[in-house]
Amino acid sequence: MEVYLDNSATTKVRKEVIDKMLEVLEEEYGNPSSLHRKGYQAEKLLKEARENVTCLIGGRPEGIIFTSGGTESNNLALIGVAESLKKKGNHIISSTIEHPSILNVLKFLEENGFEVTYLEVDKKGRVHPEDVKSAINDKTILISIMAVNNEIGTIEPIGEIGTIAREKGILFHVDAVQAAGKVEVDVKKQKLDMVSLSAHKIHGPKGVGALYLSEEVRIRPIIFGGGQEKNIRSGTENMPGIVGFGVASRLAKESLEEVSQKLMGLKKRLWEGISSEIKDVHLNGPEVEEGAPHILNVSFRGVRGEVLLHALEEEGIYVSTGSACSSKKRGGSHVLKAIGLKGDLLEGAIRFSLGIFNTEEDIDYTVDILKKKVDFLRRFKRR
Amino acid sequence: MDRIYLDNAATTPVDKRVLEAMLPYYSDVFGNPSSLYSYGQEAKKAIEEAREKVAKALGADSDEIYFTSGGSESDNWALKGVAYALKDKGNHIITTEIEHHAVLNTCRYLEKEGFKVTYLPVDEYGLVKPEDLKKAITDKTILVSIMFANNEIGTIEPIEELVKIAHEKNVYFHTDAVQAVGNVPIDVKKLDVDLLSLSAHKIYGPKGVGALYIKKGVKIHSLIQGGTQERNRRAGTENVPGIVGLGEAMELITKNLDSHINKLTFLRDKLINGILEKIPYARLNGHPTKRLPGNVNVSFEFIDGESLILNLDMAGICASSGSACTSGSLEPSHVLLAIGHSKELARGSLRLTIGKDNTEEDIDKVLEVLPQIIKRLRSISQIV
Repeated sequence: MEVYLDNSATTKVRKEVIDKMLEVLEEEYGNPSSLHRKGYQAEKLLKEARENVTCLIGGRPEGIIFTSGGTESNNLALIGVAESLKKKGNHIISSTIEHPSILNVLKFLEENGFEVTYLEVDKKGRVHPEDVKSAINDKTILISIMAVNNEIGTIEPIGEIGTIAREKGILFHVDAVQAAGKVEVDVKKQKLDMVSLSAHKIHGPKGVGALYLSEEVRIRPIIFGGGQEKNIRSGTENMPGIVGFGVASRLAKESLEEVSQKLMGLKKRLWEGISSEIKDVHLNGPEVEEGAPHILNVSFRGVRGEVLLHALEEEGIYVSTGSACSSKKRGGSHVLKAIGLKGDLLEGAIRFSLGIFNTEEDIDYTVDILKKKVDFLRRFKRR
Repeated sequence: MDRIYLDNAATTPVDKRVLEAMLPYYSDVFGNPSSLYSYGQEAKKAIEEAREKVAKALGADSDEIYFTSGGSESDNWALKGVAYALKDKGNHIITTEIEHHAVLNTCRYLEKEGFKVTYLPVDEYGLVKPEDLKKAITDKTILVSIMFANNEIGTIEPIEELVKIAHEKNVYFHTDAVQAVGNVPIDVKKLDVDLLSLSAHKIYGPKGVGALYIKKGVKIHSLIQGGTQERNRRAGTENVPGIVGLGEAMELITKNLDSHINKLTFLRDKLINGILEKIPYARLNGHPTKRLPGNVNVSFEFIDGESLILNLDMAGICASSGSACTSGSLEPSHVLLAIGHSKELARGSLRLTIGKDNTEEDIDKVLEVLPQIIKRLRSISQIV
């Protein structure tokens, strides 16, 4: 049996998505900038994809700027705004539990004269809106907070932060890579100025993402050239990728409620199984029902996460110890440290991330194997 | 009606074999290459195999190949990355007037950031004069970026000679080889370039993926930061199917490069000679022999290029008036202006770029249709 429980790292592309991509790869190979029919057909597909992606987060289709993925979107949002607003101020507010594509860019900006406040989070991984408010000063030009944490699944209060940012006239960027298709992201309602999205986390292809920009945002490109994507992101459009992203977005939007209910049901089943069958386990991050429906992070005391990961792999179960991006880094997850984990709880963490293809059988099988493996590893360790 | 696609410099159809190679990585092997378990490791292995294929095709070592989202990103990375890494050493960059906009607009940005850029002129064929480069280098020069082959007029620059001049002064040399790869034999070690940009979708691979060759030891900053992918130099989950497709496309195109070049050159010369024979007031843009094997670029007097493209399109022929990237703009081509065209003549240009799937019948058809269209357009032309 194979059970893939690493849907936060990446997801399998849906068949409907592949079918549409194949059409583009095989037949509609035109360059959207070309004036002839092949180009025109590509341009039409591009427009349709833009509308499809918009439906995931609301707002206007013209606000969607296609990129090569979530990381590029985050880089563009931060560097782009920092450079365009540097005359207005040099202060940026973010949190300690952001994705490396935010944190490393912020570090780069700090080296270049910007000041960054990294807000602390509580034990559940939550950023407090009042902390955002008190961090704002007259040099603040940007707030960047993720919608859902990729390691522990905390849903951040982006609506409340959006309201604060809008009141103070500060741009608000949200990394919604993990949130899109799982929890509500609505640029109008939550007052978001910029949103980063990635296709491969919602059963679309790797290598494509988007940055949504509200009308007010002025941004400096990081990739210059032919002037595609309204001059904000140059380079021939990744047509099959973009079209696939569009289909994946529409499907994700259409099934949002159904999917999030299903995933939450599976997540509860998984946690109930783990907590009743296995001793000395610790739920990391928010309470099960408060977190994103697809992410469960658990520490198994006395068992190293990486060892357990490979033990599960032997039985066909694929999980992760943290985020895929930092899976090779030593020293433990910055997110788990930020919520106060230490010692063997920090080292014994496993992230289970669920997807639309998972079933109750997957969960029961996983609990069963987990129990055996954890028992074995703990005995092995004590010997 | 079967369409005749003669815009292969804008983009190419994906080769069936490339597509076949990519498909498993959308479904069966969909893992994230950074994941520790076997699913991820299989994807990682596929990336490393693709890297070896690209490296082999260029004569590089595989750890000198970095995957990007395409030619534009590679160009941006090379220029900005080197400029910022060497800013303490100097602030002067040398390029040419006929580069792709991915290079030109990045240079304009760098000028705003305090760098100085020299844009070398070219001769009537679009060739950079080595002595111009020699004269332009100062003790502040940190980078020379000159394209391998021009995307509009197909001129192939004397890269090897230009690299030698740059290296005599210890200056890095970058070349945008997006149009040259797969059309000209390239050996990075023999050429001794320091950085080279390439793109998959110009060589029958997928859109959205490219690579930057960075010679070992070259100092460069990252353009996109985050996770530790691409040996910490280019962050972001790897576009696994795209990368696999690029590897396959590179292998396929270099395997039969000689016969590919011969075929395209034959069709090109037939098309050029036919046009010049059949159509009066036509002139070839670019160099007659130092040009890409698939590139035909002709200017017609008393013709508006855009109406020519639309008329050809109605006749089932996909062509371009310049590069695809700028085809939406009303500005005449900066390349044609640089080789000395007037604005009027520059507006009357036609680019036909031949690819591996074109046949002699395609060329015959163009030679039948094009003279008629030109004649008709000239009879109603408003430009005097």
